[in-house]
Amino acid sequence: MAEIRNYTMNFGPQHPAAHGVLRLVLELNGEVVQRADPHIGLLHRATEKLAESKPFNQSIGYMDRLDYVSMMCNEHAYVMTIEKLLGITVPVRAQYIRVMFDEITRILNHLMWIGAHGLDIGAMTIFLYAFREREDLMDVYEAVSGARMHATYYRPGGVYRDLPELMPQYQASKWHTQAEVNKLNENRQGSLLDFLDDFTQRFDTYVDEYETLLTENRIWKQRTVDIGIITPERAIALGFTGPMLRGSGVEWDLRKKQPYEVYDKMDFDIPVGVNGDCYDRYLVRMEEMRQSNRIIKQCIRWLRDNPGSVMLEDHKLTPPSREHMKEDMESLIHHFKLFTEGYSVPEGQAYAAVEHPKGEFGTYIISEGANKPYRLKIRAPGFVHLSALHEMVEGHMLADVVAVIGTQDIVFGEVDR
Amino acid sequence: MSEYYQQLNERFCKVLADKFTFSSKVAMNELTITIEKTQLLDFCQYIKEAEYFAFDQLIDVCAVDYVEYAGSFSYPERFAVVYHLLSVKYNQRVRLQVFVNEDEPRIHSVISIWPSANWFEREAFDLFGIIFDGHPDLRRILTDYGFIGHPFRKDFPLIGQVEMRYDDEKQRVVYEPVSIEARVNIPRVIRDYNRYRHDE
Repeated sequence: MAEIRNYTMNFGPQHPAAHGVLRLVLELNGEVVQRADPHIGLLHRATEKLAESKPFNQSIGYMDRLDYVSMMCNEHAYVMTIEKLLGITVPVRAQYIRVMFDEITRILNHLMWIGAHGLDIGAMTIFLYAFREREDLMDVYEAVSGARMHATYYRPGGVYRDLPELMPQYQASKWHTQAEVNKLNENRQGSLLDFLDDFTQRFDTYVDEYETLLTENRIWKQRTVDIGIITPERAIALGFTGPMLRGSGVEWDLRKKQPYEVYDKMDFDIPVGVNGDCYDRYLVRMEEMRQSNRIIKQCIRWLRDNPGSVMLEDHKLTPPSREHMKEDMESLIHHFKLFTEGYSVPEGQAYAAVEHPKGEFGTYIISEGANKPYRLKIRAPGFVHLSALHEMVEGHMLADVVAVIGTQDIVFGEVDR
Repeated sequence: MSEYYQQLNERFCKVLADKFTFSSKVAMNELTITIEKTQLLDFCQYIKEAEYFAFDQLIDVCAVDYVEYAGSFSYPERFAVVYHLLSVKYNQRVRLQVFVNEDEPRIHSVISIWPSANWFEREAFDLFGIIFDGHPDLRRILTDYGFIGHPFRKDFPLIGQVEMRYDDEKQRVVYEPVSIEARVNIPRVIRDYNRYRHDE
C-alpha cells in the first residue's frame, strides 16, 4: 500500500455544506485536517462603501441583505446607531414591536440553522420540520412589511407602520379548493397578534419535536459531541459572541448586559453550555428558541393592551402621514425634503450593537453632519467566527469540518458584506 | 450610563497619563481615546491586563479614510485605525483611535494581544492599504484574486475600475475598464441644523 501523503483539498465555493460561497483550502494528512484556510469575499458587495454614497434611510435595505436569514436584527443595529447619533428615543410601542420582531428573527435564524446544520451532518427530517415553522413567521414578516425576507421595516424613529388588524388570508385557486383554504385560514381570522399568539402556543411543542429527533439521537451525538471544543478563555480571545461564546460557558448576552429597547423589562433566561463543543452550542440555540418564544409572548401581551404611535412625530426625520401630506403645505415640504435629500445627522461617531442571533452585530457610523454617512463599518459576528475556523478544525477529521461550519452558523451575506 | 464613562475616562487619565500620551473624549455614552501610533502595543497590552480596565475582547478593527479632513487639528493624518474593545469582566467598552500617515501607512499589529485582530487587520489592509507590522499572514481577504488598488479609500471610484465578462472568442473571462459612468443621484449636503446646536 502506498504511503499516506498530505493532500491539499479545495472545498467549495459551490458545495452544499459550505453554506453559501465559502472556499476552503484544506491541508489533509490522510483524513485529518492540518490547516484550513478559508477564502472569503466571493459575495463581497461593498455594502459599506455603497452606504457612503446614499442618504441614511436608503441603506436600510442593504442591511437586510447582509445576514439574509436574520434580516430585522441587522436593520436594528443600523437604525439604533443612527438614533444614537441623532439623540432620539423611539416610542415605547415601537420598542416593543422591535423586540418582538428581533425575537421572531432569532427563531427564524435558529430554525434555518438547525435545518441546514442537520442536513450537513446527516439529519434530513429536521429540515422539513424547521421550514414548516419558518413559513408561519415569514407570513408575519410579510403581513407587517409586505416582504417575506427583506423587510426594511425598522426606520430611525420607530418602525414603518403599526401591526395590521387583519392577518392576510389564503384565497381559493385552482390548486386549493375552498375547503382546503378554510382550513389553512383557521388561525388567520384575527389580527397579526392573534396569529402570533397562536404560533407561540404551538411553538414550544415544536421545539420538543426537534429535540426528540436530535438531542438523544445517537448519530447526532456522534457527530457533534466533543467536536470543535473552545475553552471560555479562548472564545473571548478569539472575539466570539452570541451562542458561540455562551456555548463555551460564558454568560454574556447584550440583551441582559447592555439592554437596549425594552429588553430590561422582559423576563427571560440566558442558556450557557458547559463543554464548548458543537453539541453544547446546539443545546444553547435550542433553548434560545424557547426563550425567544417567551419574550414574544410577553410582547404580545403588552402590545394588545397598549395602542399608540409607532413612529416619532418629528417630521424632520420621519415622513408625515399621507393624508397630512395632501392637505398641509408644511407636511408636503417635509415629505419632499425627506425623500429627495434625507435628513442630516449631527457630526460625531457612534457604535451600537445588538444581540443578533449569531452574536454581536454592531454598526459604527462616522457622520460629518451630512445626509450620508462618512464611514459605515459593519461588525459582523460571522466574520470573526469564521476567522477561528482553522483553530476549531485543526486535528479533526474532514467530515467534522462540515459540523464546525454548521455550528458556527455563518451566512456569507454578513461575512463578506 | 454617561456618568459611568465619565468616571472611566477619569480613571484612564489618572492611571495612564504619566505612562502614555493620549487624548480622550466622552460622547454619546462612548469613550474615545486617541493614542500615538508608537505607543499602541504597550497601551493595548496595559489596558488588556490592568485591573479596572480588563479589555479582554477585541470587537472590531476598522480603518477610516479622512482624506477630506486630513491635516486639521482633530484629524492630523489621512488614515485612522479604530479599535473597539469590550471588557466582558466589567461590561464596558472603549474605542481607540490611532492616526496613520498617508505616505507610510504602517502600524503595529495587535494580533499578539488579541488573536481576533487577524482577519480585521487583513480586511483593513485589503480595503485601505494599511500595513500591519508583525501580522503573520497579511493577504487580501475580501477582494478578488489579483485585485489592484484599495477600494474603500475615498479616491477609489464607487463603480470600480474594471468590469469583467465572458469572452466567447477567447473562451475565458476578460477584464476591461468600466463602461458605465459614475453618477450621483442625491448630492451630499451638510446642513447645520439649529436643533443640534445646543450640544456646544
